Amino acid sequence: MEEQKITTTNEFLCGAKDSTPIAIGYLSVSFTFGIMAAKAGFSPWVAGLISLVNVTSAGQFAGLQLMIAGTTYVEMFLTQLVINLRYALMSLSLTQKLSRDCHTIKRLVMAFGVTDEIFAVSVSRNRPVTFPYMLGLEIPPILCWAAGSVLGGIANNLLPASVQSALGLALYAMFIAIVMPPARKNPHIAIVAGIALTISCILRFVPVLKQISSGFAIIICTVVAAGIGALLFPVENAQGGDS
Amino acid sequence: MASYILLMAVTTYLIRMLPLVLFQKEIKNKYIQSFLYYVPFACLTAMTIPAIFFATGSIISAIAGLVVAVFLGWRGKSLPTVALAACIVVFVVEMFV
Repeated sequence: MEEQKITTTNEFLCGAKDSTPIAIGYLSVSFTFGIMAAKAGFSPWVAGLISLVNVTSAGQFAGLQLMIAGTTYVEMFLTQLVINLRYALMSLSLTQKLSRDCHTIKRLVMAFGVTDEIFAVSVSRNRPVTFPYMLGLEIPPILCWAAGSVLGGIANNLLPASVQSALGLALYAMFIAIVMPPARKNPHIAIVAGIALTISCILRFVPVLKQISSGFAIIICTVVAAGIGALLFPVENAQGGDS
Repeated sequence: MASYILLMAVTTYLIRMLPLVLFQKEIKNKYIQSFLYYVPFACLTAMTIPAIFFATGSIISAIAGLVVAVFLGWRGKSLPTVALAACIVVFVVEMFV
């Protein structure tokens, strides 16, 4: 019993440690969300509430635009569905990394914080992902995400444009830092990333195709690139992040 | 407004929750396993490029930040190091552009 407790605590702390860069990154990105929400006339507390219950960057930014425009519920639902559908792919991918004792209730709880970054860190772990590990991984970033929005709403005009601009790159730099090391070790991953990159640029710049929403474009890129990767380079033991 | 926020939150939660709860068994099929293995890399790359070029005040600073992030990422530097270095480079470059 005592030993189990120690393990649980360790797993939580391990997750919290792994999530530190995410938490810092979220603080700065959600700061931008808070500023945007303030410019649109929302109070800092409402901005914080939106962040706390959604924990999604693109979905929230789009949702904010829709609320300002005074959209219909159907349009709001469909926009969130399309932009955030990638989380379904991530959750599905995550099911293969979870430890055996992750039962339904635990899954109901941990589902709340499956974000791009938390997903990326959890699946790159070289051990099964346990419930306390996920909690440690999710709680600090979620709190920072909400806190950053409140602070951004309060600061609004205090932060110079040059600093805001520089912070805009933070999360993308983090994505790059997640993908580069395994891509360097495993050329198959590099090829899959290259395919995703190419399709992503085509969907963004080619006429007609560029009308596809950014969230849906990400799903197309992911499914096609990962699908080609699976057909050309099937992995013998897909567990364990970088093999 | 509260109803919009609730709708956003519930939709997003269901998207995340349903696959986690519905697929409790290990997937045996080698191709599906491999597909799911490649998903994070494909997804993160697609989210980064080309969006990163429009993430800052000018495309030149964004490219500078991208180059630094790729270089440091290649060298296996930690996430906060890469993120901070890239932000600083963007900041410095924008003083001259």
